[in-house]
Formats: sequence, C-alpha cells, structure tokens
Amino acid sequence: MIDVLYFAWVRERIGLPREKMETQAKTVADLVEELKAREPRYEAAFADISALRVALDQDLAEFDAPLEGVREVAFFPPMTGG
Amino acid sequence: MKVSVQAEPFDLGAELADFGTGRADVGAVVSFTGIVRDDTGAMEALELEHYPGMTERAIAGIVDQAVERWNLSDVTVIHRHGRLGVGEQIMMVATAARHRVAAFEAAEFLMDYLKSRAPFWKKEHGPEGTSWVAAKDEDEDALKRW
Repeated sequence: MIDVLYFAWVRERIGLPREKMETQAKTVADLVEELKAREPRYEAAFADISALRVALDQDLAEFDAPLEGVREVAFFPPMTGG
Repeated sequence: MKVSVQAEPFDLGAELADFGTGRADVGAVVSFTGIVRDDTGAMEALELEHYPGMTERAIAGIVDQAVERWNLSDVTVIHRHGRLGVGEQIMMVATAARHRVAAFEAAEFLMDYLKSRAPFWKKEHGPEGTSWVAAKDEDEDALKRW
C-alpha cells in the first residue's frame, strides 16, 4: 500500500487530497498511467506531466524514478513559495 | 538555526532583536521579508497551501546548504501558510555571517530556493473567483546562478 497525495490544482482536479492504493507500478510514470486509466478527472489532472512535479517520501524525484520501497508519493504543480 | 512553518503572523522586530548578536564571529546580519502584494488592485486575499512534513524537510535542506556554503553563524526562516491579506507578511529569512557579502548572498540563495523548491502553492482570491499563481520560468532560471 502506498499513500498518494495531491496538492494545489492537482488536488482540486482530482477532488481529493490523498488516497491509499495498492499498485504493481514499477515507476512513477507507470503509476501515472494507472491513475489516468481510472477516470476522466485523473486523466485531466495528469494530461501534461511536464506541468507537474513529483515527490517520493517527501523528496523531489523524476517521473522515471522506481517506486520500490516508497511509502508516499505526492503530485503537485511547480512550487510558488517565498 | 530556526525554521518555522506557521499560520500565525510573526514579529519581525522580535525575531531580529537578538539575531546574530552577542558573539564574536558575526559581523553582518541581513534580513528579507516577503509581503503580500496586489498587482491587480482587486485581490482580496492570498492563500498558501503547503505539504506538511516535506515543507520543513525541504527548508531544512536548503538552510543546511546555505550554512555550509557561506559558513553562516545563524539562520532564521519563517514561512506562513493559510489565508493572508494584502500587505501582510508572508515570510522572512535572516542570515548572520562574518562578512556582509556572505550574509547578502546566502539570503538571496535562500530566497531563490524557497521560491521554487519549498512545497508551497499560492492561490489568489478576488471578486472574479480564485486562481493559482503559476511558477515563473525566471524563478527556475534564478537557481542556475548558484
């Protein structure tokens, strides 16, 4: 089981802040494909992954990163702090 | 070192009053304060969402890099989240170093990295509704100079 978290407009588009899921996905990109296949709202949120960032266990990562051993995956738009 | 991610306002004067003082290795203190600005004249509030846990971790990592690179004696970073009014303080950084060049540069480095590597997202509230603030290419480009 992994926790999948969504922030900002990704959270709004999908309609929930986090969910637990069982997945066989090997990489972040595989997980994205799995989510997109679920429902149109996921497809809309992940339509352009170049507009998204991903963090694995709270560290920024790439979409081709492996998911093995990861407990928390978060998807969000580029950050606007400061 | 102090890192705080909080909804509450902070007291800039109190934060800076003793910062970097009372020690022999500090010759310079620089501080920066970010304020909610209204470019359109119609903004009602700025809402900041963040990623609890990762936010603190990301800021601590950025602070560690700055301390090591500029040999800082002390750093304070306070960043607010939640709903903020126009003119309110959003965040502050303060750096203490032996010389001013290090204190200034480290403060700029911290600001550049907090802007695009700390997981905050800004949303503007106005009479027409709400809109997420898009990250700017120049903010990402600003990281390259470091």
